[in-house]
Amino acid sequence: MSLDPGSMLPFAVTLESFTDIDFWISVGIIAGTYTIVALGLQLNTGFTGIVNFGQAAFMAIGAYTMAILVLKAGFSFWLSLPIAVLAAMLFGVIVGLPSLRLRADYFAIATIAMAEVVRLFAQNARGLTGGNQGLFCNTGGDTSVCYPDAWRDLSDSINENIVSNIWSDPDTLFPLFLVVWVTVGIAVVALSYFQGTPWGRVLRAIREDEDAALALGKNTLLYKLQSLAISACLGAIAGFFLALNLATLHPIDFEPLVTFFAFSVLILGGMANYKGVAVGAVLFWAVLEATRFIELPDPPFTETRIAALRLAITGLLLIGLMAFRPQGMFGKRQEMVIGE
Amino acid sequence: MEAGQMTQPVPPAIRERLAERMRQQPWLGAVAVIVVIFLALVAGEGLHDVAQTGLNGLSLGAIYALGAVGLTLVYGILKLVNFAHGDFLTFGAYMAYLVNVTWGAPLVVAVFWAMVATALLGILFERLLWGPMRAKHAGFLQLILMSIGLAFLIRAVVQWFWGTEIRTLDINRTDTVDFLGLRIGQTELIVLVIGVAVLVGVGFMLRVTLLGKRMRALSDDLDLAETAGIDTRRVILYTWVFAGALAGLAGVLAGSITDLRPELGFELLLPIFAAVILGGIGDAFGALVAGLVLGVMTEWSTLIIDARWKVAVGFLVLLIVLVIRPQGIFGRAKAL
Repeated sequence: MSLDPGSMLPFAVTLESFTDIDFWISVGIIAGTYTIVALGLQLNTGFTGIVNFGQAAFMAIGAYTMAILVLKAGFSFWLSLPIAVLAAMLFGVIVGLPSLRLRADYFAIATIAMAEVVRLFAQNARGLTGGNQGLFCNTGGDTSVCYPDAWRDLSDSINENIVSNIWSDPDTLFPLFLVVWVTVGIAVVALSYFQGTPWGRVLRAIREDEDAALALGKNTLLYKLQSLAISACLGAIAGFFLALNLATLHPIDFEPLVTFFAFSVLILGGMANYKGVAVGAVLFWAVLEATRFIELPDPPFTETRIAALRLAITGLLLIGLMAFRPQGMFGKRQEMVIGE
Repeated sequence: MEAGQMTQPVPPAIRERLAERMRQQPWLGAVAVIVVIFLALVAGEGLHDVAQTGLNGLSLGAIYALGAVGLTLVYGILKLVNFAHGDFLTFGAYMAYLVNVTWGAPLVVAVFWAMVATALLGILFERLLWGPMRAKHAGFLQLILMSIGLAFLIRAVVQWFWGTEIRTLDINRTDTVDFLGLRIGQTELIVLVIGVAVLVGVGFMLRVTLLGKRMRALSDDLDLAETAGIDTRRVILYTWVFAGALAGLAGVLAGSITDLRPELGFELLLPIFAAVILGGIGDAFGALVAGLVLGVMTEWSTLIIDARWKVAVGFLVLLIVLVIRPQGIFGRAKAL
């Protein structure tokens, strides 16, 4: 933005943006959202041994169901949330019933195909979803209909009543940041708790040896379905946060790329470790968002080249981790057993 | 089986015999399904429209098939679900662009260079990544995520040098050819002819040559092939050359009938996976036929539904096949 010669030096600007509170709130919201997405993947891939490549579809169903119910059917925002979560979970069960019987690689391809069908539906069912134009709030005239309206009231009251005591001029996005991370905290505690119960141990048994779990009389399909449905629930919740953060919805927000970013977060944090996911998400998005906030000199760093850089960083991270530390930062090597 | 026939003195009814044969040779069932769809469409839409869309579908199917043959061999031989295969297509297309548009060389040279460059890319990654990872006995998840990382890296390089703007190869996209009352774009016809000619060559090579037999042997059982004295390292390298060159060609052909974008290959990857699974993983003939079938089905679908939904046809076929017959139409259950 500024024309002083200092902005031509990338590193001079680096430090500036890392002390910027906007930067960290932005990273925090995105990282928190992806933590929730990746927690579902951790339950599926890390603990149950099913490679779910369709997480973006559950996010899309959560976000679109919520937005459509509020904008088109006139539901209240708070009522639309549980319905959208249930819709995503139901979809997970419907998809899982035939596909969870498949071998791991077939399941991975089936779920990514399923996610693309959902995205194509969002793209082409224009009457319902707005297609590629996106789903916007109707703020014109006196009939303002918008899903973030109810949220904004809550958000403002959080800032006025709680945050303003310690921070005189709080950022408008700060309440979202708080709510996202409180959700992350609850999800991590709940998932860690259930992982220690007999139910959680059956999931691990399925991951280690499904035939053995079957031989013990466990209905493994039922357990895998539950794992997928909980993951769908987490995906839908992450979809809400994505929608509240962006305030619009586009099919492109739910590309397979989103699922693969979440897998990068998962792998960086480590397999079979819920807390690691949060650390992985913050690290991953701090680096990726830094490329957006740092003012790199325009030639050679055009906007598309910075996007390419983000893609290259992700690619190198995945390749490097898989080559040298497949279990990630906090994972256990012996818990990474999928596909022999 | 024989005992069962001996205890049946009366020859079974034709319908039962047909059902039995379909159980033994499931592709007969697939042929029956296609014939039924064809007849239904002819009855509903007329022969001309069905033939016209079918012709378009063959050009698309040739691209799917070229991509699928390489992917299925790599999948079958190396047990590698290569998500970077789509970006091999992108890489090939942009290599052709470099030679054809930037340097102004004729398209034939560009196609040749695209195939060579993509084959070299295949060898490079085999040496750098896949070989060492096999030596470490990397698991399925490790390999699949690494291939996704590689896909990102290739796409990033393409996007860095060529940007996201839509580019086209230097070819005639307006002239059409008429025959038998059908009309096809000159470029589409060339794509169709090259695609089918190469596919016939590939099928011949896999069936007749020693290398082709070795590839199929490795795809069937790598350890057994090694025990039988096949130099598996060399065959694996040739497999990458083969897969890379065909992917490069498929990329150029795809870029010729549409245009060049960094997402070109990734968007083709799922239909190509559909062809691989429909044909049975590791089965190059299966992938070849399934690719053509899928292309034709995709174009036929535009007769009854809006063309913007046609991309979903490949995914739906994939999902249906996975649910009903995950081993593919030619495969046997033992593969699972």
